Amino acid sequence: MSEGILAPATRSSAGAVLPLHLRRLEAESIAILREVAAEFRNPVLMYSIGKDSSVLLHLARKAFYPSKLPFPVLHVDTTWKFREMIAFRDATARQLGLELIVHTNQEGVARGISPVASGSALHTEIMKTEALKQALDKHGFDAAIGGARRDEEKSRAKERIFSFRSAGHVWEPRRQRPELWNLYNTRLAPGESMRVFPLSNWTELDVWDYIEAEGIEVVPLYFAKPRPVVWRDGVWIMVDDDRLPLLPGESAELRTVRFRTLGCYPLSGAIESDAATIGDITAELRRSRTSERQGRLIDNDDTASMERKKKQGYF
Amino acid sequence: MPDDSIRVQAAGDRTLLRFLTCGSVDDGKSTLIGRLLFNANFIMGDQLEALKAESRRFGTTGDDIDFSLLLDGLEDERQQRITIDVAYRYFSTPRRSFIVADSPGHEQYTRNMATGASTADVAVLLVDARKGVLAQTRRHSLICSLFGIRHIVLAINKLDLVGFDQAVFDKIAADYVAFSAELGFATLDMIPLSARHGDNITERSAQTPWYQGPSLLECLENIDLSEPVDEQPFRFPVQWVNRPSGEFRGFSGTVVAGSVAPGDPVLVMGSARSSRVKEIVTFDGPRARAAAGDAVTLTLTDEIDVSRGDLLVSPQAPAEFADQFAAHLVWMKDETLVPGRSYWLKIGTRTLSATVTAIKHRIDVDSGAHVAARTLAINEIGFCNIATSVPLAFDPYRKSRDTGGFILIDRLTQETAAAGVIDFALRRATNIHWQDITVSPKERADLKGHEAAVLWFTGLSGAGKSTIANKLEQKLLGIGCHTMLLDGDNVRHALNRDLGFTDTDRVENIRRVGEVAKLMGDAGLIAICAFISPFIADRQMAREIAAPHSFIEVFIDTPIAECIRRDPKGLYAKAQAGDIPNFTGIDSAYEPPENPEIRLETADHDPEALADQLIAELRRRAILA
Repeated sequence: MSEGILAPATRSSAGAVLPLHLRRLEAESIAILREVAAEFRNPVLMYSIGKDSSVLLHLARKAFYPSKLPFPVLHVDTTWKFREMIAFRDATARQLGLELIVHTNQEGVARGISPVASGSALHTEIMKTEALKQALDKHGFDAAIGGARRDEEKSRAKERIFSFRSAGHVWEPRRQRPELWNLYNTRLAPGESMRVFPLSNWTELDVWDYIEAEGIEVVPLYFAKPRPVVWRDGVWIMVDDDRLPLLPGESAELRTVRFRTLGCYPLSGAIESDAATIGDITAELRRSRTSERQGRLIDNDDTASMERKKKQGYF
Repeated sequence: MPDDSIRVQAAGDRTLLRFLTCGSVDDGKSTLIGRLLFNANFIMGDQLEALKAESRRFGTTGDDIDFSLLLDGLEDERQQRITIDVAYRYFSTPRRSFIVADSPGHEQYTRNMATGASTADVAVLLVDARKGVLAQTRRHSLICSLFGIRHIVLAINKLDLVGFDQAVFDKIAADYVAFSAELGFATLDMIPLSARHGDNITERSAQTPWYQGPSLLECLENIDLSEPVDEQPFRFPVQWVNRPSGEFRGFSGTVVAGSVAPGDPVLVMGSARSSRVKEIVTFDGPRARAAAGDAVTLTLTDEIDVSRGDLLVSPQAPAEFADQFAAHLVWMKDETLVPGRSYWLKIGTRTLSATVTAIKHRIDVDSGAHVAARTLAINEIGFCNIATSVPLAFDPYRKSRDTGGFILIDRLTQETAAAGVIDFALRRATNIHWQDITVSPKERADLKGHEAAVLWFTGLSGAGKSTIANKLEQKLLGIGCHTMLLDGDNVRHALNRDLGFTDTDRVENIRRVGEVAKLMGDAGLIAICAFISPFIADRQMAREIAAPHSFIEVFIDTPIAECIRRDPKGLYAKAQAGDIPNFTGIDSAYEPPENPEIRLETADHDPEALADQLIAELRRRAILA
């Protein structure tokens, strides 16, 4: 498709004119979402409450307008999300009239799995990866739409937009289907499923630029504010409730911090920042010399840890 | 309603460019992209630290940073120091956002390069200055040309290893210009560089004072992608029918060519149905115009039948419409192409059955020569004739990528088997008219007092297909039904006596029987077909051919041991002795149906009872009163 076409600009929801490259990304994502609705029997949109999920939800509303979302929204709740995230989730679901499914791995809860007691690797495996597989199996979803982007991580850079999973939700990097043009092979045999990533070609900065241009609401944790934090393993961890035991010599102090990515609060490192508006955030990102996932403790186990988790069925 | 159709690109409004890098194994593709990202300041501090650590561990560049490790993201790739799969990278400058597809030079190379090329605007083709234009350079250029890439940047790399000698650069440039003249590229830029040392990557290098052109990044920022769009007619594949309520009926999709405005006439390809655009609906309000690349929802002024897969076009310039066409195919699957076998074909938003009816020739990608071929193996490119089950709307690929490119999908494994680009229609469907028949199949069936149906018996040789089919036909005759029994052996003595037992001939055997069964159904009969029909894909083809009649797949489920014990025609004995090659169940596979309409186990039941079971099933399905 040529960029030279002088098409009428989209008036974005916030009233501004979307830059050309964001219009192209938006249109691509909308086409992907529509393809999922048209081709799968029982799709679901994975909602992780983060900024990428907010963008995904916004794009889905655009894709099907004036119809409502033709699929439910699933949140896998590890019970360790920031309280503000849960409040934001429930408010969003109410406001948009979403069909929200919340799933928690009750077996894991019964076993007392937690990021504090069990460590990040086991917690992630049981409360995220296993929980996700349970939820997909329970509802018989054949396609799960996620907000992952290729610029996040090296193994993601190799993943397809329509990412085929064999029975048991397994990702096999060597067996990926070639993806030509925008012709997605959506065919599945019984037991197989698809993960779909409409934001594959977006970068972190694109996401923020789009949030700003479209006036999309995100969890306030992305904006700098004085918050109680402790310095642990080289990052600031927020003391979000009294389940985080303080180690000897540790005490919570008030620092002006914000989060670049959100997950379970004991595993999400905050950064010291004064960025209190979206404009501040994009300016900070343009100056930044560290990557987005640096604050994520679960990715740092070793070089190929994301790839291994994905092979097991992680998003 | 805002009409911004003459909008001027605002300052700071970046455009998007997708490019592909190609080159043979050690030309330094990954290094080039890594260097581009590094010099353009797109590698973050923590990534650089990780990269330095990995370079010491896996790297091949001594104490220098090995930039290729940035892209080789999979465990196997880092350990084996090769690139397996296409990787995508993103960076931007104030002028443009870039999406880079890095395709591997090693394994499955044509397949991966085709994948990267299908969405790229520009190809950056690397040449090693010490080696010059090689067979592989030609191969890459050919694939780029086939997949419609219009802009080539020839990156003449490793110039540091030839002392930045202008004569070397000039010789390679001249060779490439001569070679590529016939490939139809719109622009060709040639840049001398050293990816490893960063010369002419983002800034012009002092090492090449004789070179006056732009650096690679400047070049990529400035390539003019605009095309003469005014000549492009409107194309809109309907992706999703948008029906929130009884009143609103919209058609959601992406404009892939041309543009449209409210009031414009549109035609549904393949039908005589036409209407006008009533409104262009979006979440952000109605639009005055939608152009190529825009994802919108159209409403029409008339209530006409439109569904997913239909192509809306400008009536002044409709698309081609045919059920046979010539296309170039890149085969992507380990199992070779079987002409005559039915595959799924996906084009635009449409999926339908298709068969490759003939391979005209294979292209030797190294020389460009046309070579005779009976099949295509993985990574081979062929020029083929393709027939679809129903006519299809398309444009030749050179006119429109989005309405001229397609994929073939294997019916059994669901894998993507091939990528294709349509060259031209072989026989325009608009020129062959179906003879109007005034008596309808429904009227013929009504006269007979039962519905028409096709019962398809499948199972091993000796499973009991013919025995049960005969019993069933006798019983149906007894209750006044009009039937016809088509039996595998009998058909092979007459209608299909020209066919043997190769994979290709078996496919054709089933296709013909499917067509005959359909005619029987049209005549209002209950057609009973008894064929081993061992492959799921072929039975699916018969089912599609026989549509719209009820198709009842009857799986005669008899264990192979029991069939060998019965061996009514003595065939298993011969096959086991090696006298009959390709015998189903012995040295050729039988694929049992996954979801047959009815499954009959013969081991403990007599044919009489099984036939009764079928009659009951026909009553349950209201085929019999």
